[in-house]
Amino acid sequence: MTWTRKDLLGLEELSREEIELILSTAESFKEVSTREIKKVPALRGKTVVNLFYEPSTRTRVSFEVAAKRLSADVIHIATETSSVRKGETLIDTGRNIEALKADIIVVRHNCSGAAAMLARHVNLSVVNAGDGWHEHPTQALLDIFTLKEKFGQIEGLQVSIVGDIAHSRVARSNIWGLTKLGAKVLVCAPEILIPPGIEEMGASVTHDIDEALHHADCVNVLRMQFERDTEAAFPQQLEYFKQFGITQERIRKAKRNIMVMHPGPINRGIEISSEVADGANSVILEQVTNGIAVRMSVLYLVASANERVKKNEDTD
Amino acid sequence: MQEKARVLDKEALNRSLMRIAHEILEKNKGTKDLCLIGIRNRGAYLAQRLRDCIEKIDQIKVPVGILDITLYRDDLTLIAAGPVVHKTEIDFDISDKNVVLVDDVLYTGRTVRAALDALIDFGRPKSIQLAVVVDRGHRELPIRADYAGKNIPTAKNETVEVRLEEADGKDEVVIVEKN
Repeated sequence: MTWTRKDLLGLEELSREEIELILSTAESFKEVSTREIKKVPALRGKTVVNLFYEPSTRTRVSFEVAAKRLSADVIHIATETSSVRKGETLIDTGRNIEALKADIIVVRHNCSGAAAMLARHVNLSVVNAGDGWHEHPTQALLDIFTLKEKFGQIEGLQVSIVGDIAHSRVARSNIWGLTKLGAKVLVCAPEILIPPGIEEMGASVTHDIDEALHHADCVNVLRMQFERDTEAAFPQQLEYFKQFGITQERIRKAKRNIMVMHPGPINRGIEISSEVADGANSVILEQVTNGIAVRMSVLYLVASANERVKKNEDTD
Repeated sequence: MQEKARVLDKEALNRSLMRIAHEILEKNKGTKDLCLIGIRNRGAYLAQRLRDCIEKIDQIKVPVGILDITLYRDDLTLIAAGPVVHKTEIDFDISDKNVVLVDDVLYTGRTVRAALDALIDFGRPKSIQLAVVVDRGHRELPIRADYAGKNIPTAKNETVEVRLEEADGKDEVVIVEKN
């Protein structure tokens, strides 16, 4: 199959085949990072703009490394120090970036749907690096890539997602992606952190951490997002750790080879113990490595699809 | 697409590969520091076969690698229309080696140009040589083959297809005319 989308906005709208194409392309890109010269000229002469309305280290750096390993030029706009402070709208900022003849905008925004809105108003490619509580497609793709690398296939896997599901775009993207590829997803959190309608997305719900770990091939541990007013919902961090924290004792009762993932940044002693985070079942740092390959794959696919669109317009 | 002529059958192809193997050994004075790198897809199979030929002659297995040059192409839209990016598999150091690059057809030379760029990123070989089954002319770059199975002058509206058992179920080289 050929990739035809100029943007990557979320996993909800992607087909199983499209997700599999991103993953198989990422497999090839993973090798590039193992070379002595960690660079290929595929996107030479292209410009990638990182437009981040929310703080981020991991995702921003990962996109930056990915773009540079493809030989693209990368510009970072942190909105705290940009004209956004003077009241410029997202669309105006996007159009200005387009006028600079950039090729791809990687955008993170605190409003759900921001990336999709931007994509409708500009001709360059837009990659969603997280929009509000909606989606964080590249994070889910790298989680799925890591799973596939370990288990060979996604079909039939049992994945539990534990933590603040209500505020988590990572959880939503993972549910869309995993269910499309045939995995079973169980979400686990206190009642108040489970969003309504989550079952309609294809996930089951439990409030019992031991049940969530019992049959799981993988547990994806989410961070408590205290900056998104979860503090009000869950005043006692220690209380949460007692009830839902992933500890070595709980892991011991699970499948022997249960894989422990975490999108980072981890809060040791709140949602996961240090022992587990640094333990044999943890693939947290492998996720970071895989994130580069997955983002290279995404940047490469959207850039080449957009190039084709432009070429067809020329010949029309 | 219409098949115009069959230029090599299974036996002729095997004889060509065996001759190329002999020439490689002659030019490099044996297998010391020699390695083969095939360009995906058919060059990869051909590199394997040349390795087997060399083994028959000298009883030595030379290292074989596979190169995917998709990311080194000079036109992104060409890639976009084409197939997926595949893995490059070179699990040995090519520095100070005599590398024989293997491909099925030499035409414009652009694939070889991309392969040279890719190889240089992997190290600094002592030399890079080029082996192809068919040289069909029409070069757009100053590139030539050190070893060629057959020179086949062609028209631009023709293509040469090297079909291999591993990929196509049968060994043959045919000229195909584009309508």
